[in-house]
Amino acid sequence: MSQTAEKFDAIVVGAGPSGLAAAYTLAKAGVSVAVVERGDFPGSKNVMGGVLYRQPTEDVFPDFWRTAPLERVLIEQRAWVMTEKAVFKFGHRHETFGEEPYNAFTVLRARFDKWVAQQVRDAGALVIPETVVEAPLMDGDKVVGIRTGRPDGDLYANVVIAADGVNSLLAQATGLRPEIDPDQVAIAVKEVIALPRETIEARFNLTGDQGVAIEMYADASWGMLGTGFIYTNKESLSVGCGALLSQLIERGISPNDLLEHMKAHPAVKPLLEGGETREYLAHLIPEGGLRGMPKLSTHGMLVVGDAAMLVNSMHREGSNLALTSGKLAAQAVLRAREWGDYSAESLSYYDQLVRDSFIYKDLYKYRNMSRFFEHHPQFFSLYPELLNEAAREMLTVNGTPKRNKQRAIFWDALRKRSLLRMVRDFYGAWRSVA
Amino acid sequence: MKQLTLEQKLFLNGFRPDKDSHLRIKDPEKCKTCKLRQCTYVCPVNTYRWENDQITVFFEGCLECGACRVACKSCGNLEWRYPRGGFGINYRTG
Repeated sequence: MSQTAEKFDAIVVGAGPSGLAAAYTLAKAGVSVAVVERGDFPGSKNVMGGVLYRQPTEDVFPDFWRTAPLERVLIEQRAWVMTEKAVFKFGHRHETFGEEPYNAFTVLRARFDKWVAQQVRDAGALVIPETVVEAPLMDGDKVVGIRTGRPDGDLYANVVIAADGVNSLLAQATGLRPEIDPDQVAIAVKEVIALPRETIEARFNLTGDQGVAIEMYADASWGMLGTGFIYTNKESLSVGCGALLSQLIERGISPNDLLEHMKAHPAVKPLLEGGETREYLAHLIPEGGLRGMPKLSTHGMLVVGDAAMLVNSMHREGSNLALTSGKLAAQAVLRAREWGDYSAESLSYYDQLVRDSFIYKDLYKYRNMSRFFEHHPQFFSLYPELLNEAAREMLTVNGTPKRNKQRAIFWDALRKRSLLRMVRDFYGAWRSVA
Repeated sequence: MKQLTLEQKLFLNGFRPDKDSHLRIKDPEKCKTCKLRQCTYVCPVNTYRWENDQITVFFEGCLECGACRVACKSCGNLEWRYPRGGFGINYRTG
Protein backbone atom coordinates (compact mmCIF):
# COMPACT_ATOMS: atom_id res chain seq x y z
CA MET A 1 0.00 0.00 0.00
CA SER A 2 1.59 3.27 -1.08
CA GLN A 3 1.31 6.34 1.09
CA THR A 4 -1.06 7.95 -1.37
CA ALA A 5 -3.39 4.98 -1.83
CA GLU A 6 -6.99 6.12 -1.94
CA LYS A 7 -9.25 5.05 0.85
CA PHE A 8 -13.00 5.22 0.63
CA ASP A 9 -15.74 4.41 3.07
CA ALA A 10 -17.12 2.01 0.49
CA ILE A 11 -16.09 0.55 -2.85
CA VAL A 12 -18.74 -0.90 -5.13
CA VAL A 13 -17.48 -3.32 -7.77
CA GLY A 14 -19.69 -3.29 -10.86
CA ALA A 15 -22.00 -0.62 -12.28
CA GLY A 16 -25.11 -2.71 -12.89
CA PRO A 17 -28.46 -2.23 -11.19
CA SER A 18 -27.37 -3.64 -7.81
CA GLY A 19 -24.07 -1.75 -7.64
CA LEU A 20 -25.54 1.54 -8.80
CA ALA A 21 -28.42 1.22 -6.31
CA ALA A 22 -25.96 0.62 -3.47
CA ALA A 23 -23.67 3.46 -4.53
CA TYR A 24 -26.53 5.91 -4.96
CA THR A 25 -28.01 5.14 -1.54
CA LEU A 26 -24.59 5.53 0.10
CA ALA A 27 -23.62 8.70 -1.77
CA LYS A 28 -26.96 10.31 -0.90
CA ALA A 29 -26.23 9.63 2.76
CA GLY A 30 -22.89 11.43 2.45
CA VAL A 31 -20.66 8.36 2.38
CA SER A 32 -17.50 8.50 0.27
CA VAL A 33 -18.00 5.79 -2.33
CA ALA A 34 -16.25 4.66 -5.50
CA VAL A 35 -17.84 2.49 -8.20
CA VAL A 36 -15.35 0.45 -10.20
CA GLU A 37 -16.63 -0.65 -13.61
CA ARG A 38 -14.74 -2.68 -16.19
CA GLY A 39 -16.63 -1.36 -19.23
CA ASP A 40 -15.90 1.80 -21.22
CA PHE A 41 -18.95 3.30 -19.54
CA PRO A 42 -21.50 1.92 -17.08
CA GLY A 43 -23.88 -0.19 -19.17
CA SER A 44 -21.45 -1.15 -21.91
CA LYS A 45 -21.06 -4.70 -20.52
CA ASN A 46 -24.55 -5.08 -19.07
CA VAL A 47 -27.17 -7.42 -20.49
CA MET A 48 -30.69 -8.40 -19.52
CA GLY A 49 -33.85 -9.34 -21.40
CA GLY A 50 -35.23 -5.87 -21.07
CA VAL A 51 -38.06 -5.57 -18.52
CA LEU A 52 -37.56 -3.05 -15.72
CA TYR A 53 -40.11 -2.69 -12.94
CA ARG A 54 -41.05 0.78 -11.80
CA GLN A 55 -41.66 0.35 -8.06
CA PRO A 56 -38.36 -1.27 -6.97
CA THR A 57 -36.45 1.12 -9.23
CA GLU A 58 -38.29 4.14 -7.91
CA ASP A 59 -37.64 2.93 -4.40
CA VAL A 60 -33.98 3.78 -5.05
CA PHE A 61 -34.18 6.43 -7.77
CA PRO A 62 -37.26 8.59 -7.10
CA ASP A 63 -39.16 9.75 -10.19
CA PHE A 64 -36.58 8.14 -12.49
CA TRP A 65 -39.23 7.37 -15.08
CA ARG A 66 -39.83 11.05 -15.79
CA THR A 67 -36.35 11.59 -17.20
CA ALA A 68 -34.58 8.23 -17.70
CA PRO A 69 -34.12 6.81 -21.23
CA LEU A 70 -36.90 4.19 -21.28
CA GLU A 71 -38.20 2.33 -24.29
CA ARG A 72 -41.87 1.45 -23.85
CA VAL A 73 -44.44 1.20 -21.06
CA LEU A 74 -45.55 -2.41 -20.63
CA ILE A 75 -49.31 -2.70 -20.78
CA GLU A 76 -49.59 -6.28 -21.91
CA GLN A 77 -48.03 -9.60 -21.11
CA ARG A 78 -48.49 -12.59 -23.40
CA ALA A 79 -47.54 -16.21 -22.79
CA TRP A 80 -47.08 -18.67 -25.62
CA VAL A 81 -46.91 -22.43 -25.18
CA MET A 82 -45.30 -23.62 -28.35
CA THR A 83 -44.74 -26.77 -30.33
CA GLU A 84 -42.95 -27.00 -33.64
CA LYS A 85 -45.99 -25.89 -35.65
CA ALA A 86 -48.45 -24.54 -33.10
CA VAL A 87 -48.91 -22.06 -30.29
CA PHE A 88 -51.37 -21.97 -27.43
CA LYS A 89 -51.60 -18.30 -26.42
CA PHE A 90 -52.89 -16.51 -23.39
CA GLY A 91 -52.21 -13.16 -21.85
CA HIS A 92 -53.31 -10.13 -19.94
CA ARG A 93 -53.67 -6.50 -20.94
CA HIS A 94 -54.80 -3.75 -18.64
CA GLU A 95 -55.09 -0.13 -19.66
CA THR A 96 -54.17 1.01 -16.14
CA PHE A 97 -50.66 -0.38 -16.69
CA GLY A 98 -50.35 2.46 -19.20
CA GLU A 99 -51.17 5.13 -16.62
CA GLU A 100 -48.72 6.97 -14.40
CA PRO A 101 -46.74 5.99 -12.43
CA TYR A 102 -46.75 2.75 -14.51
CA ASN A 103 -45.83 -0.80 -13.58
CA ALA A 104 -42.97 -1.78 -15.87
CA PHE A 105 -40.96 -0.60 -18.83
CA THR A 106 -38.74 -2.05 -21.48
CA VAL A 107 -35.21 -0.66 -21.41
CA LEU A 108 -31.91 -1.07 -23.19
CA ARG A 109 -29.33 -1.49 -20.46
CA ALA A 110 -26.43 0.28 -22.17
CA ARG A 111 -28.48 3.47 -22.34
CA PHE A 112 -30.39 3.13 -19.11
CA ASP A 113 -27.43 2.19 -16.90
CA LYS A 114 -25.38 5.02 -18.35
CA TRP A 115 -28.10 7.42 -17.28
CA VAL A 116 -28.36 5.86 -13.82
CA ALA A 117 -24.58 6.11 -13.38
CA GLN A 118 -24.84 9.83 -14.05
CA GLN A 119 -27.37 10.14 -11.21
CA VAL A 120 -24.92 8.25 -9.02
CA ARG A 121 -22.13 10.67 -9.98
CA ASP A 122 -24.40 13.64 -9.34
CA ALA A 123 -25.10 12.23 -5.89
CA GLY A 124 -21.37 12.44 -5.17
CA ALA A 125 -19.97 8.98 -5.94
CA LEU A 126 -16.80 8.50 -7.94
CA VAL A 127 -17.42 6.24 -10.93
CA ILE A 128 -14.22 4.70 -12.30
CA PRO A 129 -14.72 3.02 -15.70
CA GLU A 130 -12.40 0.79 -17.76
CA THR A 131 -11.10 -0.87 -14.62
CA VAL A 132 -11.17 -4.59 -13.93
CA VAL A 133 -11.07 -5.84 -10.35
CA GLU A 134 -8.71 -8.77 -10.10
CA ALA A 135 -8.85 -9.76 -6.45
CA PRO A 136 -9.98 -8.65 -3.02
CA LEU A 137 -7.26 -7.21 -0.77
CA MET A 138 -7.27 -9.16 2.46
CA ASP A 139 -6.00 -8.51 5.95
CA GLY A 140 -6.39 -11.94 7.50
CA ASP A 141 -9.99 -12.92 6.84
CA LYS A 142 -11.03 -9.32 6.42
CA VAL A 143 -11.63 -7.67 3.05
CA VAL A 144 -9.90 -4.28 3.14
CA GLY A 145 -10.00 -3.26 -0.51
CA ILE A 146 -9.56 -4.40 -4.07
CA ARG A 147 -6.73 -4.97 -6.51
CA THR A 148 -7.52 -3.52 -9.91
CA GLY A 149 -5.79 -4.14 -13.23
CA ARG A 150 -4.38 -0.62 -13.27
CA PRO A 151 -0.76 0.09 -12.33
CA ASP A 152 -0.67 0.97 -8.60
CA GLY A 153 -4.31 0.05 -8.75
CA ASP A 154 -4.97 -0.96 -5.15
CA LEU A 155 -7.99 0.74 -3.62
CA TYR A 156 -8.87 0.54 0.06
CA ALA A 157 -12.18 0.87 1.83
CA ASN A 158 -13.94 0.02 5.06
CA VAL A 159 -16.31 -2.12 3.08
CA VAL A 160 -16.49 -3.60 -0.41
CA ILE A 161 -19.81 -4.28 -2.11
CA ALA A 162 -19.46 -7.07 -4.67
CA ALA A 163 -21.87 -6.21 -7.47
CA ASP A 164 -19.67 -7.92 -10.03
CA GLY A 165 -22.34 -10.03 -11.66
CA VAL A 166 -23.06 -13.71 -12.07
CA ASN A 167 -19.37 -14.55 -12.58
CA SER A 168 -18.50 -12.75 -9.32
CA LEU A 169 -14.80 -13.25 -8.75
CA LEU A 170 -15.04 -11.50 -5.40
CA ALA A 171 -17.71 -13.82 -4.02
CA GLN A 172 -15.61 -16.80 -5.10
CA ALA A 173 -12.27 -15.43 -3.98
CA THR A 174 -13.65 -14.81 -0.50
CA GLY A 175 -15.15 -18.28 -0.31
CA LEU A 176 -18.74 -17.06 -0.09
CA ARG A 177 -19.64 -18.85 -3.29
CA PRO A 178 -18.31 -22.06 -4.85
CA GLU A 179 -17.76 -22.37 -8.62
CA ILE A 180 -21.15 -22.54 -10.30
CA ASP A 181 -22.42 -25.87 -11.64
CA PRO A 182 -23.88 -26.03 -15.17
CA ASP A 183 -27.32 -26.90 -13.74
CA GLN A 184 -27.37 -23.66 -11.74
CA VAL A 185 -27.23 -21.23 -14.66
CA ALA A 186 -29.03 -20.64 -17.91
CA ILE A 187 -27.21 -19.24 -20.90
CA ALA A 188 -29.34 -16.67 -22.69
CA VAL A 189 -28.71 -14.93 -25.99
CA LYS A 190 -30.51 -11.99 -27.48
CA GLU A 191 -30.68 -9.94 -30.62
CA VAL A 192 -31.81 -6.35 -30.76
CA ILE A 193 -33.70 -6.13 -34.06
CA ALA A 194 -34.51 -2.75 -35.53
CA LEU A 195 -37.97 -2.10 -37.00
CA PRO A 196 -39.81 1.15 -37.74
CA ARG A 197 -41.95 2.47 -34.88
CA GLU A 198 -45.18 2.26 -36.87
CA THR A 199 -44.48 -1.34 -37.84
CA ILE A 200 -43.98 -2.33 -34.20
CA GLU A 201 -47.15 -0.56 -33.11
CA ALA A 202 -49.27 -2.08 -35.87
CA ARG A 203 -47.80 -5.56 -35.50
CA PHE A 204 -48.13 -5.71 -31.73
CA ASN A 205 -51.39 -3.81 -31.34
CA LEU A 206 -49.87 -0.81 -29.56
CA THR A 207 -50.25 2.94 -29.67
CA GLY A 208 -47.74 5.62 -28.68
CA ASP A 209 -45.26 4.40 -26.10
CA GLN A 210 -47.22 1.27 -25.15
CA GLY A 211 -45.25 -1.95 -25.09
CA VAL A 212 -45.80 -5.68 -24.83
CA ALA A 213 -43.80 -8.59 -23.45
CA ILE A 214 -44.20 -12.05 -24.93
CA GLU A 215 -42.80 -14.99 -22.97
CA MET A 216 -42.44 -18.20 -24.94
CA TYR A 217 -42.24 -21.73 -23.62
CA ALA A 218 -41.46 -25.28 -24.73
CA ASP A 219 -40.43 -25.21 -28.39
CA ALA A 220 -38.86 -21.75 -27.81
CA SER A 221 -36.22 -23.54 -25.72
CA TRP A 222 -36.34 -26.67 -27.88
CA GLY A 223 -37.92 -28.64 -25.05
CA MET A 224 -35.22 -27.72 -22.54
CA LEU A 225 -35.72 -25.91 -19.24
CA GLY A 226 -35.74 -22.35 -20.49
CA THR A 227 -37.79 -19.63 -22.14
CA GLY A 228 -37.85 -17.32 -25.09
CA PHE A 229 -39.04 -13.75 -25.28
CA ILE A 230 -39.91 -10.80 -27.47
CA TYR A 231 -40.01 -7.37 -25.85
CA THR A 232 -40.98 -4.27 -27.79
CA ASN A 233 -38.70 -1.24 -27.66
CA LYS A 234 -39.36 2.11 -29.33
CA GLU A 235 -37.75 1.23 -32.63
CA SER A 236 -36.51 -2.27 -32.05
CA LEU A 237 -37.41 -5.64 -30.59
CA SER A 238 -35.42 -7.49 -27.97
CA VAL A 239 -35.64 -11.11 -29.09
CA GLY A 240 -33.95 -13.79 -27.08
CA CYS A 241 -34.02 -17.19 -25.46
CA GLY A 242 -32.10 -19.27 -23.03
CA ALA A 243 -31.87 -22.70 -21.50
CA LEU A 244 -30.21 -24.42 -18.60
CA LEU A 245 -26.52 -24.78 -19.45
CA SER A 246 -26.39 -28.40 -18.32
CA GLN A 247 -29.19 -29.29 -20.75
CA LEU A 248 -27.50 -27.53 -23.67
CA ILE A 249 -24.35 -29.48 -22.84
CA GLU A 250 -26.26 -32.78 -22.73
CA ARG A 251 -28.16 -32.09 -25.93
CA GLY A 252 -25.17 -30.69 -27.82
CA ILE A 253 -26.97 -27.49 -28.79
CA SER A 254 -25.39 -24.08 -29.26
CA PRO A 255 -27.19 -20.97 -27.96
CA ASN A 256 -27.08 -19.25 -31.34
CA ASP A 257 -28.76 -22.25 -33.01
CA LEU A 258 -31.40 -22.20 -30.28
CA LEU A 259 -32.13 -18.54 -31.00
CA GLU A 260 -32.31 -19.12 -34.77
CA HIS A 261 -34.66 -22.06 -34.14
CA MET A 262 -36.97 -19.79 -32.15
CA LYS A 263 -36.79 -16.94 -34.67
CA ALA A 264 -37.78 -19.34 -37.44
CA HIS A 265 -40.93 -20.53 -35.66
CA PRO A 266 -43.96 -19.90 -37.91
CA ALA A 267 -45.61 -17.72 -35.23
CA VAL A 268 -42.44 -15.72 -34.49
CA LYS A 269 -41.04 -15.20 -37.98
CA PRO A 270 -43.79 -12.84 -39.25
CA LEU A 271 -43.30 -10.59 -36.21
CA LEU A 272 -39.64 -10.09 -37.11
CA GLU A 273 -40.15 -9.68 -40.86
CA GLY A 274 -38.20 -6.80 -42.34
CA GLY A 275 -36.20 -6.37 -39.14
CA GLU A 276 -32.48 -5.76 -39.07
CA THR A 277 -30.30 -7.16 -36.33
CA ARG A 278 -28.30 -4.42 -34.63
CA GLU A 279 -26.54 -6.29 -31.86
CA TYR A 280 -26.04 -9.84 -30.55
CA LEU A 281 -25.70 -10.32 -26.81
CA ALA A 282 -25.20 -13.10 -24.27
CA HIS A 283 -25.61 -13.46 -20.54
CA LEU A 284 -25.56 -16.14 -17.84
CA ILE A 285 -28.63 -16.17 -15.63
CA PRO A 286 -28.46 -17.63 -12.12
CA GLU A 287 -31.11 -20.36 -11.87
CA GLY A 288 -30.15 -21.92 -8.57
CA GLY A 289 -32.78 -19.93 -6.69
CA LEU A 290 -32.55 -20.28 -2.96
CA ARG A 291 -30.17 -23.26 -3.27
CA GLY A 292 -27.73 -21.08 -5.18
CA MET A 293 -27.93 -18.14 -2.80
CA PRO A 294 -24.76 -17.89 -0.73
CA LYS A 295 -24.17 -16.24 2.63
CA LEU A 296 -24.41 -12.61 1.62
CA SER A 297 -21.81 -10.98 3.83
CA THR A 298 -18.41 -11.52 5.35
CA HIS A 299 -15.84 -9.41 7.18
CA GLY A 300 -15.66 -6.17 5.17
CA MET A 301 -17.73 -7.33 2.17
CA LEU A 302 -21.33 -7.70 0.99
CA VAL A 303 -22.60 -9.49 -2.13
CA VAL A 304 -25.56 -8.14 -4.13
CA GLY A 305 -27.57 -8.83 -7.29
CA ASP A 306 -26.50 -11.54 -9.72
CA ALA A 307 -23.24 -11.93 -7.78
CA ALA A 308 -25.43 -13.27 -4.97
CA MET A 309 -27.45 -15.33 -7.50
CA LEU A 310 -30.58 -13.32 -6.68
CA VAL A 311 -32.92 -14.18 -9.57
CA ASN A 312 -36.53 -15.29 -9.46
CA SER A 313 -36.68 -17.32 -12.65
CA MET A 314 -40.37 -18.19 -12.23
CA HIS A 315 -41.29 -14.54 -12.80
CA ARG A 316 -38.22 -13.63 -14.88
CA GLU A 317 -37.33 -11.07 -12.21
CA GLY A 318 -33.70 -10.12 -11.68
CA SER A 319 -33.11 -6.40 -11.96
CA ASN A 320 -35.61 -5.67 -9.19
CA LEU A 321 -33.95 -8.14 -6.83
CA ALA A 322 -30.63 -6.54 -7.78
CA LEU A 323 -31.82 -3.00 -7.08
CA THR A 324 -33.42 -3.94 -3.79
CA SER A 325 -30.42 -5.97 -2.60
CA GLY A 326 -28.15 -3.04 -3.46
CA LYS A 327 -30.27 -0.72 -1.41
CA LEU A 328 -30.43 -3.12 1.54
CA ALA A 329 -26.66 -3.60 1.42
CA ALA A 330 -26.24 0.18 1.56
CA GLN A 331 -28.51 0.31 4.59
CA ALA A 332 -26.38 -2.28 6.36
CA VAL A 333 -23.25 -0.30 5.49
CA LEU A 334 -24.79 2.89 6.88
CA ARG A 335 -25.52 1.13 10.15
CA ALA A 336 -22.01 -0.34 10.26
CA ARG A 337 -20.56 3.10 9.62
CA GLU A 338 -22.57 4.61 12.42
CA TRP A 339 -21.30 1.93 14.78
CA GLY A 340 -17.77 2.00 13.36
CA ASP A 341 -18.00 -1.77 13.04
CA TYR A 342 -17.55 -3.51 9.66
CA SER A 343 -17.13 -7.00 11.08
CA ALA A 344 -18.89 -10.02 9.63
CA GLU A 345 -21.31 -9.89 12.52
CA SER A 346 -22.21 -6.25 12.00
CA LEU A 347 -22.60 -6.66 8.24
CA SER A 348 -24.76 -9.77 8.64
CA TYR A 349 -27.51 -7.24 9.26
CA TYR A 350 -27.71 -7.22 5.45
CA ASP A 351 -28.46 -10.97 5.40
CA GLN A 352 -31.24 -10.27 7.85
CA LEU A 353 -32.65 -7.41 5.76
CA VAL A 354 -32.71 -9.64 2.69
CA ARG A 355 -34.33 -12.42 4.70
CA ASP A 356 -37.12 -10.06 5.76
CA SER A 357 -37.67 -8.76 2.21
CA PHE A 358 -39.57 -10.11 -0.77
CA ILE A 359 -36.25 -11.34 -2.19
CA TYR A 360 -35.84 -14.19 0.26
CA LYS A 361 -39.57 -14.82 0.54
CA ASP A 362 -39.98 -15.23 -3.21
CA LEU A 363 -36.84 -17.35 -3.58
CA TYR A 364 -38.13 -19.50 -0.71
CA LYS A 365 -41.54 -19.86 -2.34
CA TYR A 366 -39.98 -21.17 -5.56
CA ARG A 367 -37.06 -22.99 -3.91
CA ASN A 368 -37.93 -26.36 -5.49
CA MET A 369 -39.22 -25.10 -8.81
CA SER A 370 -36.08 -25.10 -10.96
CA ARG A 371 -35.07 -28.59 -9.87
CA PHE A 372 -38.60 -29.92 -10.34
CA PHE A 373 -38.87 -28.72 -13.92
CA GLU A 374 -35.29 -29.75 -14.64
CA HIS A 375 -36.29 -33.32 -13.83
CA HIS A 376 -39.72 -33.19 -15.51
CA PRO A 377 -38.95 -32.35 -19.15
CA GLN A 378 -42.47 -33.44 -20.14
CA PHE A 379 -43.61 -29.92 -19.23
CA PHE A 380 -41.48 -28.60 -22.10
CA SER A 381 -42.44 -31.20 -24.69
CA LEU A 382 -45.25 -33.69 -24.02
CA TYR A 383 -47.73 -31.40 -22.25
CA PRO A 384 -47.38 -28.47 -24.67
CA GLU A 385 -47.93 -31.00 -27.46
CA LEU A 386 -51.07 -32.41 -25.81
CA LEU A 387 -52.41 -28.92 -25.13
CA ASN A 388 -51.95 -27.78 -28.71
CA GLU A 389 -53.31 -31.00 -30.17
CA ALA A 390 -56.38 -30.79 -27.91
CA ALA A 391 -56.98 -27.22 -29.05
CA ARG A 392 -56.55 -28.22 -32.67
CA GLU A 393 -58.96 -31.13 -32.32
CA MET A 394 -61.64 -29.00 -30.67
CA LEU A 395 -61.30 -26.26 -33.28
CA THR A 396 -61.31 -28.60 -36.26
CA VAL A 397 -64.84 -28.87 -37.66
CA ASN A 398 -65.18 -32.19 -39.43
CA GLY A 399 -68.54 -33.68 -38.56
CA THR A 400 -67.24 -35.50 -35.46
CA PRO A 401 -69.42 -34.80 -32.40
CA LYS A 402 -67.62 -32.76 -29.74
CA ARG A 403 -68.10 -35.45 -27.09
CA ASN A 404 -66.28 -37.94 -29.30
CA LYS A 405 -63.50 -35.41 -29.80
CA GLN A 406 -63.13 -34.95 -26.04
CA ARG A 407 -62.91 -38.72 -25.58
CA ALA A 408 -60.33 -39.00 -28.34
CA ILE A 409 -58.23 -36.25 -26.73
CA PHE A 410 -58.49 -37.94 -23.34
CA TRP A 411 -57.50 -41.40 -24.59
CA ASP A 412 -54.72 -39.99 -26.72
CA ALA A 413 -53.27 -38.29 -23.65
CA LEU A 414 -53.54 -41.48 -21.61
CA ARG A 415 -51.71 -43.45 -24.29
CA LYS A 416 -48.81 -41.03 -23.94
CA ARG A 417 -48.73 -40.78 -20.15
CA SER A 418 -50.71 -42.65 -17.51
CA LEU A 419 -53.34 -40.84 -15.49
CA LEU A 420 -51.44 -41.53 -12.30
CA ARG A 421 -48.24 -40.04 -13.74
CA MET A 422 -50.11 -36.99 -15.01
CA VAL A 423 -51.72 -36.42 -11.64
CA ARG A 424 -48.32 -36.74 -9.98
CA ASP A 425 -46.70 -34.39 -12.53
CA PHE A 426 -49.26 -31.65 -12.05
CA TYR A 427 -49.46 -32.06 -8.31
CA GLY A 428 -45.67 -31.81 -8.18
CA ALA A 429 -45.64 -28.77 -10.46
CA TRP A 430 -48.29 -27.10 -8.36
CA ARG A 431 -46.40 -27.89 -5.15
CA SER A 432 -43.17 -26.43 -6.58
CA VAL A 433 -44.74 -23.05 -7.31
CA ALA A 434 -47.55 -22.84 -4.73
CA MET B 1 -35.89 -11.24 -42.04
CA LYS B 2 -32.62 -12.44 -43.47
CA GLN B 3 -30.86 -15.03 -41.37
CA LEU B 4 -27.37 -13.92 -40.43
CA THR B 5 -24.47 -16.25 -39.80
CA LEU B 6 -22.79 -16.00 -36.43
CA GLU B 7 -19.83 -14.28 -38.08
CA GLN B 8 -22.14 -11.66 -39.58
CA LYS B 9 -23.76 -11.05 -36.21
CA LEU B 10 -20.39 -10.48 -34.60
CA PHE B 11 -19.57 -7.83 -37.20
CA LEU B 12 -22.50 -5.86 -35.77
CA ASN B 13 -21.06 -5.81 -32.27
CA GLY B 14 -18.60 -3.22 -31.04
CA PHE B 15 -15.35 -4.83 -29.88
CA ARG B 16 -11.99 -3.54 -28.80
CA PRO B 17 -9.90 -6.72 -28.83
CA ASP B 18 -6.78 -6.89 -26.71
CA LYS B 19 -3.54 -8.19 -28.19
CA ASP B 20 -3.46 -11.26 -25.98
CA SER B 21 -6.28 -13.62 -25.13
CA HIS B 22 -7.95 -13.27 -21.75
CA LEU B 23 -8.95 -16.95 -22.04
CA ARG B 24 -6.30 -19.61 -21.66
CA ILE B 25 -6.42 -23.38 -21.94
CA LYS B 26 -4.30 -24.65 -19.07
CA ASP B 27 -3.28 -27.92 -20.69
CA PRO B 28 -4.24 -28.30 -24.39
CA GLU B 29 -3.27 -31.99 -24.21
CA LYS B 30 -6.04 -32.60 -21.70
CA CYS B 31 -8.66 -31.39 -24.22
CA LYS B 32 -7.72 -34.29 -26.51
CA THR B 33 -9.19 -36.71 -24.01
CA CYS B 34 -12.29 -34.58 -23.30
CA LYS B 35 -15.34 -36.58 -24.39
CA LEU B 36 -17.94 -33.88 -24.99
CA ARG B 37 -15.77 -30.85 -25.78
CA GLN B 38 -18.78 -28.85 -24.64
CA CYS B 39 -16.89 -25.55 -24.97
CA THR B 40 -16.99 -26.01 -28.74
CA TYR B 41 -20.78 -25.65 -28.83
CA VAL B 42 -22.13 -23.97 -25.67
CA CYS B 43 -20.28 -20.71 -26.30
CA PRO B 44 -22.73 -18.23 -27.88
CA VAL B 45 -20.04 -16.98 -30.27
CA ASN B 46 -18.16 -20.20 -31.02
CA THR B 47 -14.94 -19.04 -29.36
CA TYR B 48 -13.55 -22.56 -29.00
CA ARG B 49 -13.04 -24.62 -32.11
CA TRP B 50 -11.55 -28.01 -32.65
CA GLU B 51 -9.13 -27.52 -35.51
CA ASN B 52 -6.25 -29.70 -36.65
CA ASP B 53 -6.80 -32.03 -33.74
CA GLN B 54 -6.43 -29.32 -31.10
CA ILE B 55 -8.47 -26.72 -29.28
CA THR B 56 -8.18 -23.20 -30.68
CA VAL B 57 -9.40 -20.07 -28.88
CA PHE B 58 -10.83 -17.19 -30.95
CA PHE B 59 -11.16 -14.74 -28.07
CA GLU B 60 -11.81 -11.64 -30.21
CA GLY B 61 -15.58 -12.13 -30.41
CA CYS B 62 -16.03 -13.12 -26.75
CA LEU B 63 -19.14 -11.66 -25.08
CA GLU B 64 -17.68 -12.29 -21.61
CA CYS B 65 -20.72 -14.24 -20.44
CA GLY B 66 -18.87 -17.01 -18.60
CA ALA B 67 -20.68 -19.99 -20.16
CA CYS B 68 -17.37 -21.68 -21.07
CA ARG B 69 -16.04 -21.29 -17.59
CA VAL B 70 -19.04 -23.03 -16.05
CA ALA B 71 -19.17 -25.62 -18.84
CA CYS B 72 -15.49 -26.50 -18.34
CA LYS B 73 -15.89 -26.83 -14.58
CA SER B 74 -15.78 -30.62 -14.75
CA CYS B 75 -12.38 -30.49 -16.52
CA GLY B 76 -11.12 -27.38 -14.77
CA ASN B 77 -8.88 -26.78 -17.77
CA LEU B 78 -9.80 -23.19 -18.49
CA GLU B 79 -8.20 -20.11 -17.00
CA TRP B 80 -11.01 -17.58 -17.29
CA ARG B 81 -10.58 -13.86 -16.78
CA TYR B 82 -12.29 -10.74 -18.00
CA PRO B 83 -10.42 -8.76 -20.68
CA ARG B 84 -8.38 -5.84 -19.36
CA GLY B 85 -10.28 -2.65 -18.55
CA GLY B 86 -11.55 -0.89 -21.68
CA PHE B 87 -11.12 -3.98 -23.86
CA GLY B 88 -13.59 -6.56 -25.11
CA ILE B 89 -17.26 -6.22 -25.94
CA ASN B 90 -18.78 -2.76 -25.95
CA TYR B 91 -22.57 -2.97 -26.10
CA ARG B 92 -24.54 -0.08 -27.55
CA THR B 93 -28.00 -1.40 -26.67
CA GLY B 94 -27.51 -3.92 -23.87
